[in-house]
Order: sequence, then structure tokens, then C-alpha cells
Amino acid sequence: MSSNLLLLVILAAPFLGAAVAAGLPRHARTSAAILSWLVSLVSLVSLAALWPMFADGEVLRLAIPWLPSLGVSLILRLDGLSWIFCALILGIGALVVLYARYYMSPKDPVPRFFSFLLAFMGAMQGVVLSGNLIQLAVFWELTSLFSFLLIGYWHQNPSAREGARMALTVTALGGLCLLVGMILIGSISGSYDLDDVLAAKSVILADPRSVPALALVLMGALTKSAQFPFHFWLPRAMAAPTPVSAYLHSATMVKAGIFLLLRMWPIFGQTELWYFVVAGAGVATLLIGAWCAIFQHDLKGLLAYSTISHLGLIVLLLGLGSPLGAIAAIFHTVNHATFKASLFMAAGIIDHEAGTRDMRKLSGLYRFMPITGTLAIVAAAAMAGVPLLNGFLSKEMFLAEVVAGSDGHALNAALPVLATLASAFGVLYSLRFILATFFGPPPTALDKVPHEPPAWMRRPVEILVALCLLVGVLPALTVGPFLRSAAVAVLGFDDLPYYSLALWHGFNMPLLLSVLALAGGVAAYAIFGRKLNTNPRGGPWGLKRLNGGYLFEKAMTGIVKGARWVESRLGTERMQPQLRLVVLAALAAGAAAAFAGGVAIRPSWSAPGAAEFVFAGLWLTGGGCAIAAAWQAKYHRLAAVVLMGGAGLVSCITFVWLSAPDLALTQLLVEVVTTVLLLLGLRWLPKRREDIQASQVELARSRRRRRVDLVVAAVVGLALAFVSYAVMTRPMVEGISRFFVERAYSEGGGRNVVNVILVDFRAFDTFGEITVLGIVGLTVLALLRRFRPASDSLPAPNQKQARERTGPVAEGRKAGDAVRDTMLIPRVVMRWMFPFVIVLAVHLFLRGHDLPGGGFAAGVALSIAVLLQYMANGARWVEERLLLRPILWIGWGLTIAAGCGLVAIGFNRPFLTSAFKYVELPLLGRVPLASAVIFDLGVVLLVVGATVLMLVALAHQSLRRAKDDAENEQAEEGA
Amino acid sequence: MTEFVLAAAIGVLSAAGTWLLLRPRTFQVIMGLSLLSYAVNLFIFSMGRLRSGTPPITAKGAERPELYADPTPQALVLTAIVISFALTALFLVVLLASRGATGSDHVDGREPAE
Repeated sequence: MSSNLLLLVILAAPFLGAAVAAGLPRHARTSAAILSWLVSLVSLVSLAALWPMFADGEVLRLAIPWLPSLGVSLILRLDGLSWIFCALILGIGALVVLYARYYMSPKDPVPRFFSFLLAFMGAMQGVVLSGNLIQLAVFWELTSLFSFLLIGYWHQNPSAREGARMALTVTALGGLCLLVGMILIGSISGSYDLDDVLAAKSVILADPRSVPALALVLMGALTKSAQFPFHFWLPRAMAAPTPVSAYLHSATMVKAGIFLLLRMWPIFGQTELWYFVVAGAGVATLLIGAWCAIFQHDLKGLLAYSTISHLGLIVLLLGLGSPLGAIAAIFHTVNHATFKASLFMAAGIIDHEAGTRDMRKLSGLYRFMPITGTLAIVAAAAMAGVPLLNGFLSKEMFLAEVVAGSDGHALNAALPVLATLASAFGVLYSLRFILATFFGPPPTALDKVPHEPPAWMRRPVEILVALCLLVGVLPALTVGPFLRSAAVAVLGFDDLPYYSLALWHGFNMPLLLSVLALAGGVAAYAIFGRKLNTNPRGGPWGLKRLNGGYLFEKAMTGIVKGARWVESRLGTERMQPQLRLVVLAALAAGAAAAFAGGVAIRPSWSAPGAAEFVFAGLWLTGGGCAIAAAWQAKYHRLAAVVLMGGAGLVSCITFVWLSAPDLALTQLLVEVVTTVLLLLGLRWLPKRREDIQASQVELARSRRRRRVDLVVAAVVGLALAFVSYAVMTRPMVEGISRFFVERAYSEGGGRNVVNVILVDFRAFDTFGEITVLGIVGLTVLALLRRFRPASDSLPAPNQKQARERTGPVAEGRKAGDAVRDTMLIPRVVMRWMFPFVIVLAVHLFLRGHDLPGGGFAAGVALSIAVLLQYMANGARWVEERLLLRPILWIGWGLTIAAGCGLVAIGFNRPFLTSAFKYVELPLLGRVPLASAVIFDLGVVLLVVGATVLMLVALAHQSLRRAKDDAENEQAEEGA
Repeated sequence: MTEFVLAAAIGVLSAAGTWLLLRPRTFQVIMGLSLLSYAVNLFIFSMGRLRSGTPPITAKGAERPELYADPTPQALVLTAIVISFALTALFLVVLLASRGATGSDHVDGREPAE
């Protein structure tokens, strides 16, 4: 298999597995475990198969173009460092999967757990395989997200939710800093490609922006690796199921920060800022973590703080900036992952089989579970740094490095002492972990009798402990080649220092310090052990006030409070202030543009002729109508509709006056339809009478609001008048109109340029527009189907009731007949108009390409023809005689318009290209026939369909009411 | 002077429309939107400058732009007229549904608190 494929497999397999596991049924515990196990095995085998290809320090790269136009590709990059991290992620992942199969209760939705776990595994793989800085930051955030899901897996548990939220907030915030830092680094070095960035070390360091970039990247790494002062999220994350803790806090999540530091080490490793921040955070974390671990009563809590402490150790090694320090850091990363994963699993077994993790309740478990006990003792010894185990070797290297670097900075001189002290703490808490749990009298406070776990649950612990031993005894043979390849990836071939992985280096300073630490730890346990085990206060001595979690919670509530305050000050749920803000913002934008560009009015005032005075008189009427409509819209809706129609008519005449016959025609027809629509709607609005008065407070408020709005409206009007006058009085700028006028006939086959633009040049716009119209029609129908009128609009309107009540009734006639018959003549006229309006619509449609008219006008005219029949005869009469299928018409309209466009594609032309030719027709003579006419037919159908649909749907509301009443009456009679 | 009159007309229409837009009752807002769309249609139309008696209906062989009124703003406004009809219809139905569901024709869906 090619290396590219293998690379792709180790990244993609976990994600695919996660997707599949998510689809498994809730109880499919074993299938999900087998799936996850297979996924990790396949990835692990692929990773192993890749090993020979770059054991000598080659870098495998696979670039998958993603957004080639932006130069962004997905780059997978595998070198020695990524390989060793991949091996940890996949190897320990496989063991955790096996362990989790037995740990997880069948009552939980276990497939979801495995799905999260696999997705997290994939995200981690993405981090370590990224060959691109942005890509790394993206996967980094993905690990934060999936760790959130994993920690909060038992979401019914409040502490799990809290812990998950805290972990997400801290690590994702760090991730955002990381992203900004990466963007800075990318902009300094000119590339986001990791290889380019590593090669641009001198350029990056010379740039002053490298300081903030480094600080931001370190924010990301230190939050992820739970370094002081961000360490507080890790102990809270212990609310997660134990397999998650074993995975996240040994081999993966927290090690992502270490990985990032290692990746950045070649660039920044020798800078001052790096030394102070990284080494400072490392040494503080090492000590604080170890100190706090001593005082924990919860097994997992102890392990959590011990993890923090060991991470501090690794970070300190990296902070020292020496090549040997980096090598020791990688080595300890691997060792810590193995012994810490096995210890977490052992703690989980104890919890599972004894029912508690509280060391005050546990005691003498060795006699109940000797095998687990032995395994835990070995792993804890590795944690304490006892010889013959892997922890000893890397701790030796650490001490050697600290001693070797103990000159120069003041901090360096203190380091050997601090390191030995921390090691002694480590011995102390490891001892306590073992002695308090496994030795002493049999437990008395347990709910059940502890016993050994199922064999397969113990198997992962056995494998890990065996590795601890193997590496501890034969380091050069087991981990040597991998460590070397990882070291080469960080340090390069030329700078690779000499180091020895032997068990015995002779009597030297590090050994002495190791012995001191061991002896100190044992002595401290002998003296303080009893006190520690009963420590009633729980917390660590002397560090009560240093509670990051508390500060975090305070900060969170502060942020929420602040947001609420801002919202209460600046936000509103009310419509009117929002709309006013929109209007003001539009005004401000216009004013800003005017001030920036400058507006000058060049008045052109010729002596007004008679025509101009007529025009002015026209608008005196139109403007008056508009103002009166605004005045009356609240209490006299009918009057307002009529007045608005007046303003519409005047603008219609304006269009005729100023050479826009098509606009005038369309506006006139649409005006008719709009008016009918509004009249239909009036029926359902509440009565509003002037004599009903609101309270004094409300009145005062409303007066104030009206005054402000009047000013706003006046300013808007003045501004628009000013701008339009300024534009109208300056010479025309040559635009695209020349093109349209010149080619309308020769290329579009029509003389009406406006229509040719609509159906030919810009037909795609029109297509979009009729689609919108169709959607609006359907939306209106959908909204009205569920329409329930308010109770006060239910009874028949006053006018209708009055009609039923009129005066004395002649013989042979019913009440109301007289009033109904007053409509007789209009009704006959309107019935007879039906064919004529249709002929007019056809006429408008046919001549539209050459003369004013066209699809829109014809469609609206047709719908008016239908509408007239409704008005004259009522819905039932019309629907008995006419087959109205407006939804079908909409569908056909769209189909015809789209089909007309698709035909052009069939001829290898762009969508909606039109063709035309002249044909000789009998009687009519030579006429141009354009395919655009077919498109226009689609427009007609759609417009008539949508318009009729809206109007009929609205008109039917009154009918439906009547029908419902009739049904109710029937129901009552039946009862 | 035609320009001045039309500019004043656009101003009056938009002022009336804006004022109605800011009113509390849904019917007022719908009237405001209609008036505003008149104003905006005329405004867009006026961008092509005002000419009388020169509709953009070309004669064969005389397809010279200077002979005709600017067709581009007219095409834009024609679609705008139809779309503003659709907008009015949709908003009318939304206001009816809101009135039916909440019992109030206030734009906030409830009567203002005392």
C-alpha cells in the first residue's frame, strides 16, 4: 500500500468509525466496542507499516487540495515526533477501548461513548499529523469539543456538566489564542505550511511580532496541558468516566499541549520569553501539582494532581531549552502515558469492584485483588521513579538536565533543590496511593465485597505495566529507535546530542538526588502518613487560597452578569425602537457617504411652462394623499387605503409623463390588486375608535415618541429629496443602457427595450424574481391554512348585518334581497367584462416585446379578470363555473420559464440564452418570433397563479368561517 | 422644475412612509411600506433622469440611446413594483396571522404595558 493511503487511513478511520458508532442502537455495547477496537487496530497497523519509511528522519507529506484558489490544502505530515505521538494515541486508545467495554454500564448509551472516543482520537491524530498551522488549530479546537462531550458524558451528573464546561471554556479559549498566534506566525513567515515555518526561524525571531505570537501560542499550550495557573480544569474533569480520564489525561488531551511545545521548540526554544514562561510555569506546576496530590482522598483526584505535576515536569524540561531537555521531555511523555494510563485504569477497577474511590474508606484491598494490587504497585513505583521501571529513567534524565543547567539564571540554581523536593512529594503520594488502598486492615466501610475484575478488563493494565517494566530494564532496545527518530524530528540530525538510555550511569549527582528523594518521600510518609490519611480539612495545607476553580467561577458569573447588564441597557424586544434604529442607521450611512464624497447641487432652473405647473399640481394632490393616508391609517383604514391609491395613481401618471409606459401599466394593474388585497384584510383587523383613550402615562409616552418619529421622518424625507434632486440635476453618466438600446432589436428581436431587458438580457434576474413571487404565494397559502381569526372579528361585519335587517320586505322577496339587487347592474357588467379583460391580457402579452405590455402586466390583468368575477358573484358561484388551479399554474409557470432556459443549455449556450427569427404569418405578415416569448409565457402563468392564489386564499377566510359555523350548528342540532 | 417637483414628491412620500413605518399598529406599518415603496420606485426611476415623450420603444434602424429614456432603471422598477406587491401580500397575511394568534394588532404582538 502506498504511504499516502496509509496516512489517510490513520487520520480518517477514527472519524469514520465515530460516524458508524453514532448510528448504532443504544444497547449495542459490544458491537460498538468491537468496531472501535477494529478501528484502532487498523490505524495502529497502518502506522506500524509506515515506520520503516522514515525511521531515518524523513518526513512524509500528503497534500490534499482543499481550496486551491486560496492556496489552502489539507497537509498531512508525519515525522518521528508525530509518529511517536500517533503510536501513543492509537495504542493507548486501543487499550482504553478494551477496558471501557467492561467498565461502562449497559444502562448507559455506550455506542455514543465510543463514538465520542473515536472522534476524539481522530481529532488528536489531526493535531499531531497537521502540516499546516491553521489546520492544527482547527483540530486542536476539535479535541476541546470532543473532550467536552466525553467529560460531560454522564450529563445527568451536575459535576460532570460543570467539569466539562470548565474544561471546554479553558481549553477552547486557549485554542482561540493559539489560532491568533498561528495567524501571526503565518503572516510573519509568509506561509502556514509547517515546513516553511520551521525553515523561517530567523525571519520569525527577527520580527517584533514574534513576541505576541509566542505568548498566544503558549496560552494555547499551557491551558491544554493544565499548567499553572490554568491547571484547575483538570481535577474537575475527573467527573468523566474513568476510561476517559485514562485516555485524556495520560496519552492524549493534555499531551497535545506538550506536542505543540515540542513543535514550536525548534523555533522559539532558546528565547528569553520561552524560558521564563515555559520553565516558570513548568516548575510552579510541578511543585503545586505534587503538593496538592499528597492531600487528595479520591484516588482519581490524586492521579489528576499527579498528572498536573508530571506535565509540569515535562514543560519544565522543554522550557530549559537544551537539546537533552527536549529528548528527556519526549521520553517522559511516553513513560508518563504508560504508567498513568495503567494507574487510572487500576483506580477505575477499584472503583468498579469496591464501589468507592475514597482512600479513607479503602484499606487492605490486596487480599481481595492481589493481581490488580501488584499491577498498581508496579505502576505507582514507576510514577515514583523507582529503579528498573521506565519512570526512573526519564526522571534520572530530568534530574541530570536540571543539575547540568544549574548555572546562569537565578532560577536555575534553585532548580535541583526544587526538582528533588517535587520528586520526594511524588514518592510520598505514590506511597500513599498504594499503602492506603491495598494494605492495612480489611475495609469496613464498603457496601460490597471487593474482588478481581474480569480478566479482559485487567488485560490492558497488564500490557501497560509490562511495558513499564520492559522499557525500564531494556530502554535502548525497546523505546530507543522511536525516541531517536522523534528527537531527530525536533532537533535535526546535526544538532542531535549524545545521550545514553542505559539503566546505570555510575554514581553521580542525579542518582544521589534520586536516592534522596526516595528516602525523603518514605520518611515523610512514615511521619505524616496517618495525619494525611485522616486530614479532616481535605484541602492541601497552605494552598487554600490558591483556588483557580473558584476564581474561574467568579469570572464566569461576572461575564454573564455583565452581558445581562449590557443587554438590559442596549437591547430591546420592542419593534419600534429597533425600526427607528434601522432608519437612523440608514440615515447615518447616507450622511457619512455624503460627507465623504461631497454632494453639490447644481440647480438647473428654466422658466416653468404650463406643463410643469400641471405636473406640480398633480403632485400637490399626490403628496396630499400620502400625508392624509399617514394621518388616517390608524383610525380610518378604508380612507387610508383609498388615499394611498390616490398617491399610487399620481405616481402612475408620473411614469406616463416621464416616458415609462411599461411602468405606468404595471403600476396601475398592481395598484388594483393591492387595493383589493388590503380591503380583504381589513375585515380581520380589530376595531379602533378614537374615543377610546389610553392612560395619561401611555399618552404622554406616545406623544413623545410621535414627536421624535416626526423629526426622523422629516429628516428622511428631506435627505431623500435632496439626494434625488442632486442626482437628477447633474449630467448622465454613460452606463450599460447604451448596450441594451442598441442591441434590443438586433439581438433580442424586440423594440420594447424594457421588456427585452426583462425577458432576455436580464432574464435570470426575472427568473429569480418570479420564483420569489411563487414562494410568497405558497407562503401566504400556508399561513392562512392555520389562520384563526381573533374572537372580535368573528361576527359578520356591521354592513352585512345591516343588509339583512333592512326595512319592510315586499311579498315574494326575502330580507336583504333589495340590497343585493342594487348590485345587479354592476354584476352583469362585471360578468360581461370577463372575456374582454382576458382579451386585453392576451393583447398585452403578445405586444409586450415591441410595445408597452409584457408578461407581468398580462399576468396581473388576467388575475384581475378572475378577481372581478369573485367580486361580482361571490366565491361559490365562480368556483362552480371556473376551474382555478393557481398552485398548478405556479408550477407550470416556473417549469416553462426554467425549461426555456434549459433548452439553451441543450444548444451549448448559457442558461436562458434566447433565440429569435422572423417568420411570415398569414394575415399578420412578417413578425419576429423570439424564444423569449415562451419565457414570458412562464412569467404570465406564474404571476397569475401567485396573485390569484393569494387573493383567493384570503377571500376564502370569510367562507371558511361561515362553513365552520354551519358545521357547528349541525353538530349542535345533532346533539 | 419637473426635477424639483419630483424630488419634493419623493421626499413627501418617503417621509409619510417612514412615519407610518415607526407607528405601533401593523396596518400603519403596511401602509408605510407601500408609501415607501412608491418613493423608492420613483427614486430609482429618477436615476435615469427625467424626459418626456421619449419612451424606450425603439424604431427599426434608429437604435440610438440618446433618442430614448433610460431603460435600465425602468426595468429595475418594473420588477420592484411586482416584488413590493408580493411583500405587501406577505406582510398582510403575517399581520393577520399575528393578530389571530395574539389577539393584538400591535407590532410587538401585545398591547403596550401601562
